[in-house]
Amino acid sequence: MTPKRRRLSIVVIGLVMLGTAAALVLTAFEDNLVFFFSPTDLKAKAIAPEQRIRVGGLVEEGSIEKSADGLVVNFRVTDLQNVVPVTFNGVLPDLFREGQGVVAEGRFIQGTFKASEVLAKHDETYMPKEVADALKKSGKWKGEAKP
Amino acid sequence: MIAELGHFALALALCIAVVQSVLPLVGAARGDDILMSLARPAASGQFLAIAVAFGALTYGYVTSDFSILNVAQNSHSLKPMLYKVSGVWGNHEGSMILWVLILSLFGFAVAAFGNNLPASLRARVLSVQGMIGVGFLGFILLTSNPFERLNPAPLDGRDLNPLLQDPGLAFHPPMLYLGYVGFSMAFSFAVAALIEGRVDPAWARWVRPWTLAAWTALTAGITLGSWWAYYELGWGGWWYWDPVENASFMPWLAGTALLHSAIVVEKRDALKSWTILLAIITFGLSLMGTFLVRSGVLTSVHAFAVDPERGLFILGLLVVASGGGLILFAIRAPSMKLGGMFQPISREGGLIMNNLLLSVATATVFIGTLYPLFLDATTGEKVSVGPPFFNAAFVPVMMPLILLVAVGPMLAWKRGDLPGAMARLWVAAAVSIAAAAFVWSRQNDVALGPVIGFAFAGWLAGGAVTEWAERIALFRVPFSVSLSRALGLPRAAYGMTLAHFGLAIFICGAVADSFWRQEVVVNARQGETVSIAGYDLTLEKVERAQGPNYQTESAFIRVRRGGAEVATLVPERRFYPVQQMPTTEAAIHSTFLADLYAAIGEGGARDGWTVRVWHNPLVPWIWTGCLIMVAGGLVSLSDRRLRVGAPRRRVQPDQAAAPAGAD
Repeated sequence: MTPKRRRLSIVVIGLVMLGTAAALVLTAFEDNLVFFFSPTDLKAKAIAPEQRIRVGGLVEEGSIEKSADGLVVNFRVTDLQNVVPVTFNGVLPDLFREGQGVVAEGRFIQGTFKASEVLAKHDETYMPKEVADALKKSGKWKGEAKP
Repeated sequence: MIAELGHFALALALCIAVVQSVLPLVGAARGDDILMSLARPAASGQFLAIAVAFGALTYGYVTSDFSILNVAQNSHSLKPMLYKVSGVWGNHEGSMILWVLILSLFGFAVAAFGNNLPASLRARVLSVQGMIGVGFLGFILLTSNPFERLNPAPLDGRDLNPLLQDPGLAFHPPMLYLGYVGFSMAFSFAVAALIEGRVDPAWARWVRPWTLAAWTALTAGITLGSWWAYYELGWGGWWYWDPVENASFMPWLAGTALLHSAIVVEKRDALKSWTILLAIITFGLSLMGTFLVRSGVLTSVHAFAVDPERGLFILGLLVVASGGGLILFAIRAPSMKLGGMFQPISREGGLIMNNLLLSVATATVFIGTLYPLFLDATTGEKVSVGPPFFNAAFVPVMMPLILLVAVGPMLAWKRGDLPGAMARLWVAAAVSIAAAAFVWSRQNDVALGPVIGFAFAGWLAGGAVTEWAERIALFRVPFSVSLSRALGLPRAAYGMTLAHFGLAIFICGAVADSFWRQEVVVNARQGETVSIAGYDLTLEKVERAQGPNYQTESAFIRVRRGGAEVATLVPERRFYPVQQMPTTEAAIHSTFLADLYAAIGEGGARDGWTVRVWHNPLVPWIWTGCLIMVAGGLVSLSDRRLRVGAPRRRVQPDQAAAPAGAD
């Protein structure tokens, strides 16, 4: 095999692999992309019950209710214009608090958002970027917290 | 005063770095020995100056000098000493100083041990190292000065983020940076080679140990980070395909490819352009990791305080370094001579497939990590890409690679005998089938995933051992001959066997945990019992206590199995008053076959506590596998042929006759 043919065959194999990988990536994207919405976005959009989405904003003050066994938590996510009620069965992150940024991932089942995962920020000075942007969009952004 | 000295030393380091990046390069172009010889003292001087700056900042932390803004924001007088020191790199500014310290340490190593490098190559390598230094020292001095003073000084500091006050995380950043920055050596050598216009095996003999060292450190760094996330975040998992994890994983994948292609350059003088390209890409991905973590574009625990200016600066460095490297590559690479010839079925061919597969795998991780940023920037739509994507896109690319890892080392250079190699791999096939059959028989409901996973791991482990047995002709010659052959094998050969074997162990752990993990969440009052995977856990009591800089609630959970007491798990929930922040300290009872993992949430004596328990099979194998890989890297590094200083020696006739080396 000449060096030229060798290089050509390597390039061809590489392209075939890239093609396969592109196909894998595209099919994986189709099934697994999770879109993020603020409560205001959700007012305008209808979300199919099977679609997994993320909802983000602040935990509305006074909205947290726990079931008697403490395992089911209901709260409302707000961008200070609209709210979305969320129900979550599981352990909340350490920094889940009223008035703080939160992102919930899950599906809409009969009008309530059933979260399978709730993410809060990791420390005092940090707000999830999606939440900050959602607040900016709703015009309620009060500026970056001081580091 | 000490802080000002540190600041001054940093500025001095920048000046030296400018000299180091310009004069030796000019000298090498003109053949001026005096200008070229400036590179070594400059590299040593730069290292010394940065070491002084790092020492000054560390002194500030150790003595709790809160008149330094950085110390006041990230330390506290009550913090244990280990975390005072690790606090130096637990924040953006300090971690950048560590970054440049390691960078200049590598430059210093070239200056100190580079006697046997051609003078012009050494001058150019150090010059490129100097340029990277200029970029990052400029970044620190212009946007992230760690020595900024605070007037008036507060009485006490604001403490380090409690999640970071942990031994696993104290050593995670230095190891990670050793890896990231270590790839700068491969980059500098690549750019220097492009400027020189030639690559020879001596070049590869230099690049390979540095790449190996960086790879080993990065493996250790990622493992420590993953281990930390596992026991500290209290989520029961060890890898989340979080963008920041991916940011460190991409250079690892590319670096693994580089490690293997450098072997081909060294042994066969082939794949030169490709190796140079990989070196540029690997360091580019390391810089991108730094950018992603520090620009605030990501949502993560690692995201330091958001500052667009800093992000832009690092993005600029990333563009200049990788863009410049790639342009230089485009201009110079076509003139590189093609090296040794080989058939498609050969060791070279196997290593090329390894490189192609690893590159494609890197690309899938790259797309999954950056696509959300891209979509946000172009359409404003926000998406997240989670583990399901990576399982669907990344894992299928890795599977053929794992099959190949056992076969490749069995093939000869230049022209391999595939049927012969497969015939000799019957042991690996047997191990693979046995592992699959064992898993099949042990499952209650037969799922294919674990069976396939263990078949692959068995194939890989069996292949690694077979390759070693072949080398020493085990059972084919008298045992004493095999033994003396085993003792005579190069350490690099053992390094490879260990690394591949470690990968197999790791795969077992990863497969078992992802398919068989069990989780129970309950609300438990004192005395109540929860059962998981044959264990009965009883919440005995919850006690409050005071730690050095936190308050803690510890739950005492008695673990029984079939009535016999096994262990007492003590998960904690800590509260750090200075940062007003609670953290979860998981408790783990580890046997070699599984982890029993418990965490407690909020609660009280009246309503009970939320208790979350996982049974994670074979998770210890994940850490063991990674440790074996790291050990493989270290053993290989200790090989005489790779030892820094040895590379100059040409292969002597008697050495050439010795058994083929390790790869």
